[in-house]
Amino acid sequence: MSESKGTNTRTIAVDMIARVEGEGALRVTVKDGTVQDVELRIFEPPRFFEAFLQGRHYSEVPDIVARICGICPVAYQMSAVHALEQIFGLQVDGALRDLRRLIYCGEWIESHTLHVYMLHAPDFLGYASAIAMAKDHPEMVTRGLRLKKAGNALMTLLGGRSVHPVSVKVGGFSRVPLRRELEGLKEELLWARDAAVETVRWVAGFDFPDFAQDYTFVALRPSDEYPFNEGPIASSGGVNISAVEFEQHFREEQVSYSTALQCSFNGAGYLAGPLARLNLNADRLSPMAKQTLADTGLALPLRNPFHAIVARSVEILYAIEETLRIIDSYEPPPSPSVPVTVRAGTGMACTEAPRGILYHRYRVDGDGLIREAKIVPPTSQNQRRIEEDLRAYMPRVLDLPNKQAALGCEKVIRCYDPCISCATHFLKLDIQRDG
Amino acid sequence: MDLQKDHKKPRRPRLGVFKFASCDGCQLSILNLEDDLLALGQALDIAYFPEASSDMREGPYDIALVEGSITTPEDAHRILSVREQATVLITIGACATAGGIQALRNWADVEAFKRVVYPSPQYIQSLSTSTPISEHVRVDFELWGCPIDKEQLLRVLTDLLAGVQPRLPTHSVCIECKRRGNVCVMVAKGIPCLGPVTRTGCGAICPSMGRDCYGCFGPAEGAHEGPGLPPNTASLAKEFHRGLQLIPAEVLRRFRGINGSVRPFREESEVWERDEA
Repeated sequence: MSESKGTNTRTIAVDMIARVEGEGALRVTVKDGTVQDVELRIFEPPRFFEAFLQGRHYSEVPDIVARICGICPVAYQMSAVHALEQIFGLQVDGALRDLRRLIYCGEWIESHTLHVYMLHAPDFLGYASAIAMAKDHPEMVTRGLRLKKAGNALMTLLGGRSVHPVSVKVGGFSRVPLRRELEGLKEELLWARDAAVETVRWVAGFDFPDFAQDYTFVALRPSDEYPFNEGPIASSGGVNISAVEFEQHFREEQVSYSTALQCSFNGAGYLAGPLARLNLNADRLSPMAKQTLADTGLALPLRNPFHAIVARSVEILYAIEETLRIIDSYEPPPSPSVPVTVRAGTGMACTEAPRGILYHRYRVDGDGLIREAKIVPPTSQNQRRIEEDLRAYMPRVLDLPNKQAALGCEKVIRCYDPCISCATHFLKLDIQRDG
Repeated sequence: MDLQKDHKKPRRPRLGVFKFASCDGCQLSILNLEDDLLALGQALDIAYFPEASSDMREGPYDIALVEGSITTPEDAHRILSVREQATVLITIGACATAGGIQALRNWADVEAFKRVVYPSPQYIQSLSTSTPISEHVRVDFELWGCPIDKEQLLRVLTDLLAGVQPRLPTHSVCIECKRRGNVCVMVAKGIPCLGPVTRTGCGAICPSMGRDCYGCFGPAEGAHEGPGLPPNTASLAKEFHRGLQLIPAEVLRRFRGINGSVRPFREESEVWERDEA
């Protein structure tokens, strides 16, 4: 934290916002007490995935794109295999489709629990970290760690390990679990379901600032289930399109202050992620998730970004119920994957990463080599909306001392669980006060 | 590797966790130590770990864990200051230890890469290479893997806390794979597996999941000529080509992956690049 005062300009800088995945900066310019510019600057070093995917074989894509993000590798693998399967005219159904939902459930449980307990709850309870929080609330932190472990166990069974799982491939998996292996997880998952109910109740009782915003929510909305891998892209404004039409409605633009491209939807900022998903798909929740959400007394749609922690917790509960449902009906597929016939073409897919819709497009040649790749991660989609929220939030903190003003901004940003590793890392707040 | 210079005044060693170009997966592996995290938080004073804590304190640090590779001019400068503040510096993962997957740029024209990803490439500051930490500063211990194995990390931290020089096995995945009783995917299914030349540590996950090892723990040592020496990549590559009928471009891509720029793998891929030309 540094502070400099000129005659008319005041600059506040926080060198790094903590408890986010990655590195970026925030610059706020204030003139005559009015907020001028709000720039979320991401300066995570670019890693050029889209470029070095060119020339790689389609079968290598799941292993490569997983490395974009250690927190949500399954999301990258899923969007990739669905886009590639579209090119090859492949339909992955039945138990294989269920297993894909299952590994995605594991990732949601792990990623959401990490954020709810370790990155976000400390903001509401006034601690620097979950480890510091454990001194006063050991039972909460222990519950969170055990819940997170349940998600990791599911990913490890299906994928070999939880960070960069190895079994996902175009056409299915390299290995599928036995019935008894999945059943071995059940006892812990039943505990986890109760723990998830407790989690929703716990976070719904936090003290939320009154900060409802007017959002355009964007999420997948399948006809008969809560979204993971499929479904048209829907918005609260009534738009309903397929992933093939994504680039006609969503535009990525480069801004000079960021290494992440910013995305807009029909020319405006929008919100993707748990709040959007929940608001658009609440009627598709599982029974306990639906009831537990209703019991919180919160009215839908949730329009306060601080309520994202509630949405995330409800989704943890949903993912556990969905896991139990799939395990109970599981019959191993005849083969761990369906055969692939390579053909040239272009394919697009959107799946629901923990932080929101994740779009991939690939062009493949007749040898199965990638000729072009395009990836739009959730955090670059939410970047513009984060800036708009900060702009709306700034008047509340302008009168506060620098340190508290900065902390307030950090808290707004953390509601989004931004994964700057995905979009690109390192949050630095820099408020310039002019006059 | 002695953590504390002053043994008369024992105190909790201070830990710093630093990130460079990476995916955060190795830092997540620390947080994935669910059963041991709180005990670790008691044994160590976590003085700097921005991803997990907003309580960020300045060095010196007894242990610095470094994730990520060096890809920008700023980071090439920042790693010097991390080294200055750290008694023991440990790299965690393929990026920090070997340059990572983003080292695929080392064979490419980065300006062209920028144009593929960014409409206005002039705003993007990036070096033409992605290099491991050891090319910039002295590294005391390296943890391989993409991601690291969390049990290996715990082992190394426990050793350091006990004042023991950490050691990890350097033999090939093959040995671990046999111990697990797997059927060899290369012999039985003809899948080009990097297990014979890849360092153990993952638990032979890939062959256990019915697929090929793709080298994410880097090169094994000693398989060819003895400890500390490179594995026999030439023999394996020849088998891929002659036995499994991979064309040179396919052999090249096998070695040019997650740890593509580390020497034994880099040199092998370049052999096949020449053959392809």
